[in-house]
Amino acid sequence: MTTEPKPSDGSLIGASVARQEDPRLVSGRGRFTDDLRLPGMLYAQFVRSRVAHGTVTSLDLAPVLEVPGVVAAYSADDLKLVDITARLDRPVSEFVPTGMPVLARDRVRYAGEPLAVVVARDPYAAEDGVEAAKVEYDLRQPVTSAAQALAPEATLVHDEAPANTLLDVSMFATEGIDEVFAEAGHVVTVNTSTGRQNALPLETRGAVAEWDDRDRQLSLTTSSQVPHQVRTVAAACLGMDESAVRVIVPDMGGGFGLKCVVGREEIVTAAAALRLRRPVKWTEDRKDALTASFLGREQHYDARAAFSAEGRLLALDADIVCDMGAYSCYPFTAGIEPMMASSEMPSVYRLPAYRVRARAVTTNKAPSAPYRGVSRPQYVQVVERLFERAARELGMDAVELRRRNLITEFPYTGVNNVTYDPGSYLESLNLCEQTMRDEGWYELRERAAAEGRHLGIGYSCFSERTGYGSKAFAQRKMEVVPGFDISEVRMDVSGALVVTTGTMSHGQSHETTFAQIAASELGLELSRVRVHQGDTNRVTYGWGTYASRSVSIGGSAVRRAARQLGEKLCAIAAARWDVPVAEVELGRAAVRHRADGAQLTFAELADVAYLKSHLLPPELEPGLSETASFDVSTDGTFSNATHGTVVELHPGTGQVEILRYVCVEDCGVAINPRVVDGQTRGGIAQGVAGALFERITYDDQGEPSATSFMDYKVPTALETPEVSVHHLETPCAFTETGAKGVGEGGTIGAPAAVLNAVNDALTPTGVELDSTPVTPETVARALEHAS
Amino acid sequence: MKPAAFTYHRGRDVDGVTRLLRELGEDAKVLAGGQSLVPMMNFRLARPQHLVDIAGLRELVGIHNDPDGALRIGALTTHHAVETAPSTRVGRNHAVVREAMRWVGHLPIRTRGTVGGSLAHADATAEWCLLAILLDAQLTVRGPDGERAVPAADFFHGYFTTALDSDELLTEIVFPRPAPHSALTEFAERHGDFATVSAAVSLDLAEDGDTVRGARIVLGGVDALPVRCPEAEAVLSRDRPGTGGVLDECAEAAAEHIDPPSDDNGSAHYRRLLTRTLVRRACEEAMTR
Repeated sequence: MTTEPKPSDGSLIGASVARQEDPRLVSGRGRFTDDLRLPGMLYAQFVRSRVAHGTVTSLDLAPVLEVPGVVAAYSADDLKLVDITARLDRPVSEFVPTGMPVLARDRVRYAGEPLAVVVARDPYAAEDGVEAAKVEYDLRQPVTSAAQALAPEATLVHDEAPANTLLDVSMFATEGIDEVFAEAGHVVTVNTSTGRQNALPLETRGAVAEWDDRDRQLSLTTSSQVPHQVRTVAAACLGMDESAVRVIVPDMGGGFGLKCVVGREEIVTAAAALRLRRPVKWTEDRKDALTASFLGREQHYDARAAFSAEGRLLALDADIVCDMGAYSCYPFTAGIEPMMASSEMPSVYRLPAYRVRARAVTTNKAPSAPYRGVSRPQYVQVVERLFERAARELGMDAVELRRRNLITEFPYTGVNNVTYDPGSYLESLNLCEQTMRDEGWYELRERAAAEGRHLGIGYSCFSERTGYGSKAFAQRKMEVVPGFDISEVRMDVSGALVVTTGTMSHGQSHETTFAQIAASELGLELSRVRVHQGDTNRVTYGWGTYASRSVSIGGSAVRRAARQLGEKLCAIAAARWDVPVAEVELGRAAVRHRADGAQLTFAELADVAYLKSHLLPPELEPGLSETASFDVSTDGTFSNATHGTVVELHPGTGQVEILRYVCVEDCGVAINPRVVDGQTRGGIAQGVAGALFERITYDDQGEPSATSFMDYKVPTALETPEVSVHHLETPCAFTETGAKGVGEGGTIGAPAAVLNAVNDALTPTGVELDSTPVTPETVARALEHAS
Repeated sequence: MKPAAFTYHRGRDVDGVTRLLRELGEDAKVLAGGQSLVPMMNFRLARPQHLVDIAGLRELVGIHNDPDGALRIGALTTHHAVETAPSTRVGRNHAVVREAMRWVGHLPIRTRGTVGGSLAHADATAEWCLLAILLDAQLTVRGPDGERAVPAADFFHGYFTTALDSDELLTEIVFPRPAPHSALTEFAERHGDFATVSAAVSLDLAEDGDTVRGARIVLGGVDALPVRCPEAEAVLSRDRPGTGGVLDECAEAAAEHIDPPSDDNGSAHYRRLLTRTLVRRACEEAMTR
């Protein structure tokens, strides 16, 4: 099943062709939302709550209107927008829906929550206007941690959510699990917390809205991973038909999940443009991006695992609390993190017994969105720590312990009712470990130890469910059920191709990889394929890009549509030659007669389809356009990887230096291996950021600590390790190309591998660290403990 | 993150600028490279009514060697210009000045930020502030009534406050004496961050090369000002640093001397640990120069 990837056989699938996007992006000719300048455009900025929790007793915008340059200022009462409410189809005992007002009305729930919008002739005047607003609050006790939220008699963030709990699910509870724990030879526990992070797209959020009289359409240009979902919410909030809203997404400087939810500011920008009948732009500044957009990752695990004396995993029991901040995000809800964690936590191991309780609690912090990896970096960290701890207790090598428990027979249906399609779990671990051995890291570790240095080697094994279809999302009981995607493939008169996709590249290279898929199917040159995305007028429908869904689902739709188009081209050619279709086949940008080798080029066939349609037989429609959709009817397809890393701890400073990073990944057929490498490396950079650097803290008044990059310690290229990526290839059986998703894996595996390596290096000290980020001070203290 | 309104003035020469500053009084700020002031204005933490841009004052740019061995650097010289100065300009006797520049922010910051801007801003962890104290610099200050020289030891008054009057301009920093056996080192979580702790050491070595006649140890990141550590300096002058335990004793004395803050970058305990490490490291580097 598993093979090393083969060099391309002339097909563009599997070829590391240069990115179509790069010439414009690297020469400064990309076009981002903030680059848009329209005649008469005004600039919006937001009056935001200065307090984390309170009742607004007065909001006076009259002084704002006195500020030179200010054109308008609107509060919730002025705009009367419908709340954004994300729902799950679950009883209120499990899930409490909470509306997120587009502008806060009487109640503010986090510092930075938007209360009013100021529209001015320039961005400076807009900020002057924001300063002039007079807001008074009755302060309420802010809830700044999950522990506070769950404490008896805690202040309620939402009056309708008792115990500040938005989601509370208990699942699986395998019969007899308590007995398994009672009788198991070895039970290990991990109690851990992970830091609150910002997904941190370099391009902050932003929007430009304008009413177009000719199309009788609101045009909303915004940096979003989900253009059609923004359209749905904008239309609902503004009370318009969906077709009266056009959402355009130009080039994007990242999203990482932060932009796969619908924000409030873009809706307000649209509402202001409609009121004023003038274009309005909002560009989020970095301070707001760090404090008042969407965050994620802050989770607490209380987990235990039972192992037999031979090192077989017998049971897993976990209590998961996710601190989701002030509101449910649309469309995923605050359930996104706890549901992901609880349903997928058994990870890559054969697990006979499982019990989990997962909660989403609400606090007075900026709300959470599903950040790259969504809970998987966290539960993988916990599971991999449990394995390391068990190995220590059993006196067994941790890699060997994993080997004994990895899923090796596929398809495998787990105790979590999820069926895992074939992967290379064991092979990737073996290759990763062998690479480390061949490179001599084990000897180096011994030598370093003899010199009193602290080197550690760490691994993580995981798989990542990609290609969530409507079935998988429906199982989560989302009221809005994503899943399928649609592609239209259209050939023009000259024989060139336009491909549309409802997915939305925000750095994933879809203009290249989707073109590779379509070009391969039809034998076209890559340069003759244009990929269009990010415009709800041009694209039929789509669910955007998140959850590593684009290549597996969107790419499959592209291939299907391209295949249909190829069939039509063959049918036209067969008709022209008056032979059965079976006698013709696709060649290079042409249809060939199998027997005599005669050819009709695509341009010649397009000439018939468009300009000489009288030559078409009656059963063939004029034109060359095909639309296809794709959905996943199984539980999805699982990419997998093993990460291995070597760190050195520096006692004098506590610095963790990453000396080596090896990733052995399997995403099925890699459409473009270089793009896969890029995704993997970028993901690992964000995973390392979570392991060692990034954390947003709040003081007891709910004021966030990080307002600039001086305080929010995103690692730079200089802190990011070089990564060697090895590819294995277990093709997916049901996607059209054999590809699996690859967007998130790097981020998922990195925290566990780094943390395990740090703990390996700390072995002589007896200190074990389970929580992230591991700061230099934490390490320094652990090493002091030893000396 | 847009500044409040201000009136922009472009300076033409030092005298004109100091006269203008006297006229404008406390509501004016001098804009040099803008690497600290502009972000503070964007956050509206600084709201000067008037901004006097001195970037065009070419007379304040340059690196000069005096015949007596002094190194003079014009206030508007960028960090990057010092970092890349040829050894004929910044020689072996002042190598520490050039080498310290790699600790200053990131490359884009170094290409715009200026020596004088950093000193006048007076962040206690800034490399220039440490260097000034370490090497006994003289700061040349000019006002409408003339010029004065302020010893570095008298220049820094506290967090972001200096001996500069509101109508005075820092024009030059002079390092009067050679300091071949000097080093500056730091620790921050990321490259380019302000140091959690920084340590600078300068040694006067005797002819034999490993006896210290005089020593200076200056720390950043541990107080509102760069801090000298006389007890630690005394340890180095008392015993040969090469002999066992002397550097440990010196580092310990430095750590005991300070009363560092606890904040998001590290506790007081951790800053003491860093101090031990960095003082030791700086001493070793200075000895081997």
